[in-house]
Amino acid sequence: MSATTAEADRSTETTESTWQTLRRGLALSPELRTGLAGTLALALVYMVGRVAVPVAVQRGIDHGIVGGLDLNVISLTVAITAGVLVVTTACGYLMMRRLFTVSETALAGVRTRAFRHVHDLSMLHQQSERRGSLVSRVTSDVDQITQFLQWGGVILIVNLGQLLVTTAVMLAYSWQLTLVVLVAFAPAVVVARQLQRRLAGAYGLVRQRTGTLLGAIGESVVGAPVIRAYGIAGRTARRLDTAIDGQRVAQQRAIRISIMGSSVGELAAGLALAGVVVVGVSLGVDRTLSVGQLTAFLFLVTLFIQPVQIATEVLNEAQNAIAGWRRVLDVLDVSPDVADPGEQGRELPPGPLDARFAGVTFAYPGGPPVLHDVTLDIPAKSRVAVVGETGSGKTTFAKLLTRLMDPTEGAVLLSGVDLRQVRFDSLRSRVVMVPQDGFLFDATVGENVRFARPDLTDERLTAAFGELGLADWLDGLPSGLDTPVGERGEALSVGERQLVALARAYVADPDLLVLDEATSAVDPATEVRLQRTLDAVTRGRTTLAIAHRLSTAQAADEVIVVDRGRIVQRGPHDELVRDTDSVYALLYASWLEQTR
Amino acid sequence: MLGRAIREQPRIFAVAVSGSVLFGLLVIASAYVAGGVVGKVVVPAVERGEVARGTLALAAAALLGISVLRVVGIFGRRLGAGYMQYRLQAAYRRRVTRRYLELPLAWHHRNSTGTLLSNANSDVEAAWYPIAPLPFAVGTLVMLVGAVASLFVTDWALALVGLAVFPALFALNVVYSRRMAPRQARAQRLRAEVSGIAHESFDGALVVKTMGREAQETARFAARAGELRDALISVGRLRGVFDPMLETLPSLGTLAVLVVGAIRLRQGAITVTELVSVAFLFTVLAFPVRAIGWVLAELPRSVAGWDRVRRVLDATGEMPYGTRTLDPATRTPATLAFHDVHFAYEPAEAHLPGAQVLGEVTFTVPAGKTVALVGPTGSGKSTIASLAVRLVDPGAGRVTLDGVDVRELTAASLAGTVALVAQVPFVFDDTVRANIALDRAGIGDDEVWAALRLAEADGFVAALPDGLDTMVGERGTSLSGGQRQRLTLARALAGRPRLLVLDDATSAVDPRVEAAILAGLRAPADGGGPASILVVAYRRATIALADEVIYVEQGRVVARGAHTELLATVPGYADLVTAYEQAEQEREQKQTYDEVTPLASGLEVER
Ligand SMILES: Nc1ncnc2c1ncn2[C@@H]1O[C@H](COP(=O)(O)OP(=O)(O)OP(=O)(O)O)[C@@H](O)[C@H]1O
Ligand SMILES: Nc1ncnc2c1ncn2[C@@H]1O[C@H](COP(=O)(O)OP(=O)(O)OP(=O)(O)O)[C@@H](O)[C@H]1O
Ligand SMILES: [Mg+2]
Ligand SMILES: [Mg+2]
Repeated sequence: MSATTAEADRSTETTESTWQTLRRGLALSPELRTGLAGTLALALVYMVGRVAVPVAVQRGIDHGIVGGLDLNVISLTVAITAGVLVVTTACGYLMMRRLFTVSETALAGVRTRAFRHVHDLSMLHQQSERRGSLVSRVTSDVDQITQFLQWGGVILIVNLGQLLVTTAVMLAYSWQLTLVVLVAFAPAVVVARQLQRRLAGAYGLVRQRTGTLLGAIGESVVGAPVIRAYGIAGRTARRLDTAIDGQRVAQQRAIRISIMGSSVGELAAGLALAGVVVVGVSLGVDRTLSVGQLTAFLFLVTLFIQPVQIATEVLNEAQNAIAGWRRVLDVLDVSPDVADPGEQGRELPPGPLDARFAGVTFAYPGGPPVLHDVTLDIPAKSRVAVVGETGSGKTTFAKLLTRLMDPTEGAVLLSGVDLRQVRFDSLRSRVVMVPQDGFLFDATVGENVRFARPDLTDERLTAAFGELGLADWLDGLPSGLDTPVGERGEALSVGERQLVALARAYVADPDLLVLDEATSAVDPATEVRLQRTLDAVTRGRTTLAIAHRLSTAQAADEVIVVDRGRIVQRGPHDELVRDTDSVYALLYASWLEQTR
Repeated sequence: MLGRAIREQPRIFAVAVSGSVLFGLLVIASAYVAGGVVGKVVVPAVERGEVARGTLALAAAALLGISVLRVVGIFGRRLGAGYMQYRLQAAYRRRVTRRYLELPLAWHHRNSTGTLLSNANSDVEAAWYPIAPLPFAVGTLVMLVGAVASLFVTDWALALVGLAVFPALFALNVVYSRRMAPRQARAQRLRAEVSGIAHESFDGALVVKTMGREAQETARFAARAGELRDALISVGRLRGVFDPMLETLPSLGTLAVLVVGAIRLRQGAITVTELVSVAFLFTVLAFPVRAIGWVLAELPRSVAGWDRVRRVLDATGEMPYGTRTLDPATRTPATLAFHDVHFAYEPAEAHLPGAQVLGEVTFTVPAGKTVALVGPTGSGKSTIASLAVRLVDPGAGRVTLDGVDVRELTAASLAGTVALVAQVPFVFDDTVRANIALDRAGIGDDEVWAALRLAEADGFVAALPDGLDTMVGERGTSLSGGQRQRLTLARALAGRPRLLVLDDATSAVDPRVEAAILAGLRAPADGGGPASILVVAYRRATIALADEVIYVEQGRVVARGAHTELLATVPGYADLVTAYEQAEQEREQKQTYDEVTPLASGLEVER
């Protein structure tokens, strides 16, 4: 699936033009337009500073040097020009200040919005892309834009302006020479456009290879224990090398194209200078042009070349920035398929919740159905166990019940309300799931437990551990609640991680608690203790527990047996075992065999 | 560091610098040619009112020729510099990632994934970033020296203007980058923090979702993103102060040249040609000198990146492998022994005490036997398992395989002898086949299928859309928990290890399947040699299969012996393994009690 997203990425890259991206970006951050007119006006004044010198040179030469030296004229010209420069410098400062403040503020907004949007995407959407590339959409992609704006953006704006102003001044001096310059640059522009297109492709490849490289590095870091245990460092190193070289080759290709662009610009410049001299001398002979004007023209041509040259380099950066922006916009454009109904949504009715699956069928994208037409009622306040073979669809069932995904067909209802109509704030505060692979944040035990309820005091947390019968365990930790759990909780044992995840769900105090193998790694004595206390404290609420350890099923009010995506049996444990040929009876028999 | 760069890529560096120097000299030349054209061609032509075709053609050819040569210079400089930068980056990425593979897990634990990712990626990039403009800077320096020299040749007074302007420009640049350094460093640090938050938050997206904490996570992210924004704005303001000044200074220089030049012209010390040349020189030099400023501004970032890269390259404590090999021809089971092993994890923060997790652990898994490791949550079972396959080394004591200390074994011998199925399955973002074979020699499709059969995973793999070629997604997201576990089990079995360490590797597997897997391990159906097994388990059937049980509590071996023996003599052990039975008995008692209660309460109501 990650391949398809990548392809989609590439296809938008080629179909969407830079302008479209810019328009889309501006539409999304209208604040970028705040005071834009003022900023541009300041930029224009700033650019005047650049043509001031050639004009001064022209006036100096024509009126102060050629045909009799006049120091007063020169001094006056220079003094006025210096004054102009002071003003334009000040305008430059004001322009940049405004530009950076507005753009950084807008981009911080975009960054935060994209972050939120990623969280709003459905679990399946999130999984369809590598974590790393999801992260890069709110980090390096945005960084690319801000870095560009801070460095290249100003240069680009100023230079484009310079191009315009220079052209205007050139026209004022001599339209013939201006024509010469433009003609000299015309082929360069055509070639540059062509190269620009190829360059965009080349940079696209660089980004893609960089993504691959990051993925490879990420796996070599996260999978370090496996790599070590299986002695496959050699294989991993080879893969890394391939990814590293892949990126390097792509980068080198990109720079080759980019250099061709600059070379074309340079040659055009030489052509323009030579043309100006040849034509200019003829014009000078005809007295249509003064020596000062011709000299100023030579200066102006360099002022014309510079932006063109810089622009080719800056445009590379611009391509990168635009591509980054596009990637951020693309993620913002994906509409969440499991969306919060928001204001129009309904609240769950107060009190214990009952659940109903009405003809629910579910298939993962591009896969066969894993749940088939499931219809089921879970009464309020009941404790239900879900059992079944590996891969039978238990976790899928739980994800549908907590609306991490929506059914392909049918509906899931809580106390009679279709989940799709329930507001998320109501849903998430009333329904909590402990997922199969308990994830802890790189913080302390206390901070992890407090995740859903930041208002809880340490005393309350300690008490909660006590209520769960885990007081001794907590006391045994080196720093109690303040013990750091490490990245993903890896400084705790696997069972300990589950205890923390369970405590986290427990203090969230939900009306419907869904436990997906929440105690699968906890030792039996602790598990039994936990179960007893949980039974006591969740009395009066609805709980649904998925477990391979059938002790859970035995203790439940009702057992639901899932087999290959269908519910094949349901009822209290004692009833189900009576049918000795049933799926459950077989499961139970082997469980007994395993535990006695 | 620069020396290092030059030493590693001397030829490319030479190309880049010569290109750049060529370019620099040509820039100066172009100024004088332009001046010469004005003074020697334009002015006479205009004055005489006729065109000297020969000289004009020569002038045009000179201007064009300089352009062509400049292109050569650009090619040399940019191509050389770019190649050098990319090659150095690639070389260092390779070195850094090699270190990742060499350094011990303890080191990995101390560094977050995000840090390691950025070390290999953005830090390496930052470290070598100034390399690309370096030849350019060298060229510019040559250009400046050449320019000042040529100014002196032309006229001392104009040279003084140059001597005032260019050093001032340089000084301004230095002040600029000094002021910029701390701001850039702060922005860089905040960038890393923002990225860290995003990484962790997206990693835990499921928890965030199930607890409805999106808004709070966004607030946490937004706070840091806001700090970053402020840092970047402050960077921008500084830029706003210095950039226009740096821009204006050369222009003022040109104006000064005009005044001074006019005076000198009156004194007859210079010609118009020379005046125009010098003025032109100031204009063309302004840009390269400013570009040096950009390089200087990037230097602090580069130094910081280089420091972080060094930290990885210089990190010590790798676990070198030994040179001994166990006889590869023996397919007999291996013997594993722990001799008085102690182990402590390094503390998360230096001031905290390192938790002593294991002490005085001594036991043996004799060849061909199965030993069960039992103990409560957090007692140290997984730690023992990782010591057995040498993921970590003991603080004191020895772990031996067939009597040889595991530290003396080669990597290949160790990996070929033992296999660990970890408690948390780790699956690579790759195909099912690649995940099981891991490119190990002698594991073809037949072996893969045999291993899958043994792990009872052949059924679901066969049902996958592309069979063995199915991609399983990052960390195996497209599989169920039990399916992932069985995939890692098959991975271990495929290597036909002589010692198998199963760390609670069947927790997500239903009981029926587990029984089948264990039976298969004990007596391989296809005639392969049996293995010694160290198994962390709670289920009594698993334990009952074991020849010996080792019971650990709080990192100490409390008891060892046969299951029945321990059951009778060790109360903690009995509590642990009979917990389910006891719970059931209690429940049965309670049920009979429950059936009485309605009556009792009924009586109460009547009374
Ligand atoms: N990386 C680590 N850093 C610091 N302490 C750790 C680390 N890993 C484990 N510990 C601590 O070491 C002790 C033993 O952990 P270990 O994982 O070996 O336990 P276990 O017996 O396997 O537990 P479980 O049954 O829960 O898997 C625990 O108290 C745990 O908190
Ligand atoms: N994200 C996914 N994309 C595609 N297929 C999936 C995904 N998650 C699960 N599946 C498939 O759906 C089926 C049911 O998976 P599910 O996780 O619900 O099983 P389970 O009953 O919870 O199993 P276990 O006991 O192993 O946890 C499996 O065949 C699995 O391969
Ligand atoms: Mg599951
Ligand atoms: Mg463990």
